[in-house]
Amino acid sequence: MTTVPAIPASRGTVAIRSEDLCRHYRMGENVIRAVDGVSLEIHSGEFVALLGSSGSGKSSILNLIAGLDRPTSGSVVVKERDLAKLSREELAKYRLRVVGMVFQSFNLIPSMTVTENVELPLRFAEVDRGRRDSLAREALGRVGLKARMSHRPSELSGGEQQRAALARALINQPQLLLADEPTGNLDSHTGKEILDMVRDFNRELGMTVVMVTHERALAERYAQRMIFLADGKLVDDLANDPAPLSGDGGRA
Amino acid sequence: MKFPDLTELALRNLRESLLRNSLTTIGISVGVASLVAMLSLGTGLQQMLSRRLEKSGLFDTVFVSSRRDLRGGRQEERTGPTPGESRVLDEEARVEMGRLPNVKEVYPDIRFSTDLQFEDKPHLTMISALPLSAKSNDSFDGMQGSFFSSDMAPEVILQKSFAEELLGKTPPLGAAEPSVVELAKPLLGKELTMHYAQRGETANQGPAPGPESEPVGASYSVVSREQKLTIVGIADLDPESMRGPMRARVFLPLRFAESLHVMQLVDLREILRAGSNQPVYSSISVRVKDPSRIQSVEDAIKKMGFNTFSILDASRSLQQVFRVLYAFLGIFGSLALIVASIGIVNTLVMAILERRREIGIMKAIGASDGDVKKLFFAEAGAMGFAGGIIGVVLGWAIGQVINFGTNIYLKSQSIPPEHFWAVPLWLVAFAIGFACMVSLVSGLYPAGRAAKLDPVQALRYE
Repeated sequence: MTTVPAIPASRGTVAIRSEDLCRHYRMGENVIRAVDGVSLEIHSGEFVALLGSSGSGKSSILNLIAGLDRPTSGSVVVKERDLAKLSREELAKYRLRVVGMVFQSFNLIPSMTVTENVELPLRFAEVDRGRRDSLAREALGRVGLKARMSHRPSELSGGEQQRAALARALINQPQLLLADEPTGNLDSHTGKEILDMVRDFNRELGMTVVMVTHERALAERYAQRMIFLADGKLVDDLANDPAPLSGDGGRA
Repeated sequence: MKFPDLTELALRNLRESLLRNSLTTIGISVGVASLVAMLSLGTGLQQMLSRRLEKSGLFDTVFVSSRRDLRGGRQEERTGPTPGESRVLDEEARVEMGRLPNVKEVYPDIRFSTDLQFEDKPHLTMISALPLSAKSNDSFDGMQGSFFSSDMAPEVILQKSFAEELLGKTPPLGAAEPSVVELAKPLLGKELTMHYAQRGETANQGPAPGPESEPVGASYSVVSREQKLTIVGIADLDPESMRGPMRARVFLPLRFAESLHVMQLVDLREILRAGSNQPVYSSISVRVKDPSRIQSVEDAIKKMGFNTFSILDASRSLQQVFRVLYAFLGIFGSLALIVASIGIVNTLVMAILERRREIGIMKAIGASDGDVKKLFFAEAGAMGFAGGIIGVVLGWAIGQVINFGTNIYLKSQSIPPEHFWAVPLWLVAFAIGFACMVSLVSGLYPAGRAAKLDPVQALRYE
């Protein structure tokens, strides 16, 4: 392990800890070990990339951390919450207040405008309409999408949709940002724009970021740490020196 | 999620597949319409019947008789005949009843049988006295001539069959009856002579009765009298279907009849007991101000020590019949609504399949099972509510059309139009509430299914 410069001050407290984490699926007679005994620790304020080929179990781990799925065995503890022990109701609250998520396919609700999509989590959190409006405006301003507030997702470009999704993930001020192949559906330039924003959130807001990707170049450019997975097992855990903030030189 | 947000999202989702949800809602509204149509027919018929009964003037009347009435028969009228409590139905009791709250009018039932002479031929018949208030009674709807000019006028109204008898026109059984108009022509304005027995005004000559001793020697005289009467009206009514004072073939104004002091069929012992020549009545009719208060008046009179009877007793069994009718109409009306509720289940299950991904997204960003469940519930409820409102309007419209059509038919049969269709407010509220309830029950299964959806699976689904 090499030492990493520019470590956020909050580093040191453990944000996510998994111990012997397993997630097995039964498919007919076979058991698929999507996650097979993964133990790891992710610290507060870290930007971690989960790397691996498809089927390596990286998305499954992300879903377990997100509280969307439950482990078959082992444990995953996020901010001192043992997710396996939470009720469905508590897990929903955890997803609402602690986690923000972005996906490869953006996952905006097509029948809603950008603003409505962004403020949807606030509805679940029972925030008043007035406060909801100002928070959505603020979040959309942060991702540079104020001009598109009343458009529907289908009227936006891929990059804009992902920015809207980012705004939605931010709106509840989560401690954890989980991104599942966030640039998978974007061209490389737009992808970098998105990840620049994610990095800003990581640095400025001290948000812990876990990003699933299969593009090593992207991981090297943004992540402080790269965790490699294969067949549901952790195979490597590397510290990384991400590109400097002002660095636009990476753009080919 | 808060209720306004829930409604907003539900309505938005319903708008997204407008055609399908509209069709489902129409299904519900047809169900509600059939329910409303059925129940409003039941309510309307009941109201019509109540109106008729009320108009008959019997609905607001308590018939009072003495418990010591020994004429027999009518056992059902004797509630708790404890002789000790029984009282004489005399003037004092009459005045007392008049002072009871909610009592409009108290009049004695004067009925006697006597000879009426018309064109030198005597006709034996039952005569009854009527108060002027009986004029509004719908029994006199088809009457020819006019009602009594005053309460003291020496006038008579004849019942149709008696008019036939006077004219010697009694038709053989099964033959067409002569019309009232036909009967009225030769009779109106003609005179009748009534022969009757008058109770003498002589004072009681026996010793005053002590509380313990049986009074003996009480005496009264009976004088034969004659009275000329003018025929003013011929009423088209059937004495067999009447009750109380209406059960006679000839009617006199009440106060005039009272002034005649006709010897009546009152039990002799009542006269002895009263110990005077003061009139004793065989029965008294007490009219109440408001038919809904009839029970309290009836109870008060019972407490005074008399037997009572009112149509209320009869109407209670009528209510029972209507309750059964209601249940049947309600069950048939509900069937369509239950079929429609299956449409809701179908629509919502379809919606879950379509919106799988959307449900997954909502859960991923923090929606609880309850939020998802409530959302589907709200959609079902909104469809039910809208369907309920449209259905009530539709059912009301159907009722109006049928009412209108039937009245055209009634008119062609020269029967006066009737309003047998009623959509009371409670029915509106009930129908909408019932539609919402059925819809929510229909939403139970789909909502539960949506809530249990696994977000990982739902999001994987492209």
